[in-house]
Amino acid sequence: MTGQIASVVEVSPVRNAPEETPAHRSAASHLRRLEAESIHILRETAAEFRKPVMLYSIGKDSSVLLHLAMKAFHPGRPPFPLLHVDTTWKFREMIAFRDRRARELGINLIVHTNNDGLREGIDPFTHGSARYTDVMKTQALRQALDFHGFDAAIGGARRDEEKSRAKERVFSHRSAAHRWDPKNQRPELWSLYNTMLAPGESMRVFPLSNWTELDVWDYILLEDIPIVPLYLAASRPVVERDGALIMVDDERMPLLAGEQPQWRSVRFRTLGCYPLSGATISTAATLPEIVREMTASRTSERQGRMIDRDSPASMERKKAEGYF
Amino acid sequence: MSYHEAPTIAASDAPRLDQDDRPTLRFVTCGSVDDGKSTLVGRLLYDSKTLLDDQLDALACESKTVGTTGGDLDFALLVDGLQAEREQGITIDVAYRFFATKLRRFIVADTPGHAQYTRNMATGASNAELAVVLVDARKGVITQTRRHSHILSLLGIRHVVLAVNKMDLIGFDGDRFAAITAEYLIMAGQLGISQVQCIPVVAPDGDNIVAASARMPWYTGPTVTAYLESVDVSGDVSQHPFRLPVQWVNRPNAEFRGFCGRIASGTIATGETVAVQPSGRQTHVARILTPGGERDRAAAGESVTLTLVDEIDVSRGDVLTAGAAPQVSDQLAAHLVWFDDEAMVAGRRYVLKCGAASTGAVIMTLKHRIAIDTMAQEGAETLDANQIGYAHLNLDGPLVFEAYRDNRDMGSFILVDPISHCTAAAGMIDLSLRRATNIHWQRLAIDKSVRARLKQQRPCVLWFTGLSGAGKSTIADLVDRRLAELGRHAALLDGDNLRHGINRDLGFSSADRAENVRRAAEIAALFVDAGMIALVALISPFRCERELARQRVQAGEFIEIHVATPLAECERRDPKGLYRKARAGEIPAFTGIDHPYEAPQAPEITIDSSELSTDAACERIMRYLRDNHYL
Repeated sequence: MTGQIASVVEVSPVRNAPEETPAHRSAASHLRRLEAESIHILRETAAEFRKPVMLYSIGKDSSVLLHLAMKAFHPGRPPFPLLHVDTTWKFREMIAFRDRRARELGINLIVHTNNDGLREGIDPFTHGSARYTDVMKTQALRQALDFHGFDAAIGGARRDEEKSRAKERVFSHRSAAHRWDPKNQRPELWSLYNTMLAPGESMRVFPLSNWTELDVWDYILLEDIPIVPLYLAASRPVVERDGALIMVDDERMPLLAGEQPQWRSVRFRTLGCYPLSGATISTAATLPEIVREMTASRTSERQGRMIDRDSPASMERKKAEGYF
Repeated sequence: MSYHEAPTIAASDAPRLDQDDRPTLRFVTCGSVDDGKSTLVGRLLYDSKTLLDDQLDALACESKTVGTTGGDLDFALLVDGLQAEREQGITIDVAYRFFATKLRRFIVADTPGHAQYTRNMATGASNAELAVVLVDARKGVITQTRRHSHILSLLGIRHVVLAVNKMDLIGFDGDRFAAITAEYLIMAGQLGISQVQCIPVVAPDGDNIVAASARMPWYTGPTVTAYLESVDVSGDVSQHPFRLPVQWVNRPNAEFRGFCGRIASGTIATGETVAVQPSGRQTHVARILTPGGERDRAAAGESVTLTLVDEIDVSRGDVLTAGAAPQVSDQLAAHLVWFDDEAMVAGRRYVLKCGAASTGAVIMTLKHRIAIDTMAQEGAETLDANQIGYAHLNLDGPLVFEAYRDNRDMGSFILVDPISHCTAAAGMIDLSLRRATNIHWQRLAIDKSVRARLKQQRPCVLWFTGLSGAGKSTIADLVDRRLAELGRHAALLDGDNLRHGINRDLGFSSADRAENVRRAAEIAALFVDAGMIALVALISPFRCERELARQRVQAGEFIEIHVATPLAECERRDPKGLYRKARAGEIPAFTGIDHPYEAPQAPEITIDSSELSTDAACERIMRYLRDNHYL
């Protein structure tokens, strides 16, 4: 397994070498500067916390985060496990990708599901996205963090995603009840991070804070990072509901009267639970095409997310309650 | 609302944000409440076409419901992200925004204006190369403008855009603009801010933001955007001597030992000589691993892993250096910007973080405070939140650093309050007060393990903490006698007895109480070094102080014993009549009455002497020592 890890880290830059211009190799280059900053943050986390964990959502940001972690600790492995909070409603392709990547990289992957919610039969169709997200994501995450006693959780959130994220710290403090207090955040100056915790408290760490969505795609392209194929356009069965295109990923999706899945060429800008992830019509089937499409795009990636629409301040409230 | 149809590979006017080499300019906006900072930033985002359709829809909707512009687009809503801010109509925290033009990328930190949130302004400025300072044309340069400009200068910012906003409300008066400009330039000169560009603007309407304003033909200088795109802020740290603060030691197997960190300044190549600071030992660089693979050379800003030719002891907090030696000292002078609501206390201990190093630090004296209106230095004992001063600090151990003006990464630090864990202050190192470079610890041939073997015991500290009258001294005294009976070598340090001797110069101020505990911890550590068992009986009410005592010895050598007798029982016993005096107001700040006691959260042993006899308590401690192989 160790040999495989080394190959993943070393091979990709070499594979890209012929395409690299001198600008890409210089420290001043935009992506390299972001990369250096993120690696610095990952190493601080490993050094300063007793038991860190990396939240792995299987999305493109998680893929970049994992790639950076492999680089930060090369030739060793990242000194923390991955944690995936599985709602049981993820796209099937995501789960297959997750298991394959963990195997290839020889990484310790912890999968946690809120069994209480599962027993109660909480699902996104009958209980609404707000309650479903609270039980199967927010509460599930808190359960997993408490159960394993993790004192730092690394996530892939970026400041450009959403307004309340724009104000979040790189090292974001959580109370023993996992609450975020936006009015009482620790100041962050230079690259100095106050990582001190009282017993029971924890930290959320966001190494991609200063990346934009396009930076993420550019970096995936530059480094040839594996991503879930759902990001690439393909013909998929979808129904139009509440102005969004929802993919019928399995038989659990109840079709409303008159609804008939249609095969259309779509892709996803963000991935989560399939009933809550809106697709966009697209024919961009390769990474360079996605990047070109992104450049021309006139909507933000969260547009496809159902959960932000509940109320204007819904993300801020969810974050205060412990959502990632 | 219908689903969005993504354009496929269409040509676009929007600037391309991919792997080109457009430089990034990081800037900060600052100014007073209602000067229009958020509106200005919102306008920059809007005019750079960074905003996307769904964001514009949301803006139009929110402008009607919560906006303050009578239904017109309220650009401030784009950046005033937190719900509380939208409700109060003010910015209460720093927000980071990203946009780009054809020539540059920008990361802007939008920071709050009112006094109690000045710390966030310093935060935004710490990573900025330039500042946009807003003033309201009707008010001109005010106290907040001075305060912010002073912080900018302390944080080493040399480039300022003075945006004189709300020109429409003074009838686009060019003379008034000239007067404000003149006043600001005088202040900037005093502060050493060398590059100032003054621009008259109307942020909500976009005058002189991207396009030149037709309403102010008398202004012929650049617009805000044009200036931000062209200003040269370079100050190349790769020309400085090589400095690598070691963040992490990477030891995946016995063959590989790499030292990881981000290069703070300079360049390094394989084969070059490096010194490990503060020990000063020298070796050569064997390999340089970068995120892009193994290389011969690396420069400032890169996160690298170095391996060295010789096996030298290097740990987190050490600094690998080449060329001119850095400063190494345990006493330094620094500018402080105080952040915490709890005021600075001279003599109190804080945790100082500088680069990857952490050390205990005591502010010895505050040399002066800055009177913000006049920028004069004034005498003062303390700093309150948002005040700026100049102080001398004593550190627990030698720190490797540079003056802040020479090297931001090597000269900046934060002070963390060890009780509340708040970031108490930001510091900029001015100079070293003593050359600790030549002070090396005496390497003692006979170490404590030799001494301990001679005595057939494992040295340790038994630290008894608890309220006055809890029974600490009584129990410690009995343990001391039992150990003597067993032929073991112990020493008892009792709080009262220490105050008659080594601590007789100390009173009962917060600083003196802290020093009382610190000395006991140091003496206990010396006893441990001598192979002995040190018994300390001391109220020691603060967790952080006990934690520092624990850190003075090695893991497993500190046994915290919480004598957890309830306050009511202690007060009932009142062996020295102290509670009665305290209740009568004769003893101020008495622990348990009007001064806090922070109970240990995970003591090795807990004893409630209202439930256990002294003999039983002693036996429990002896059993712990036997079970854990101290005896």
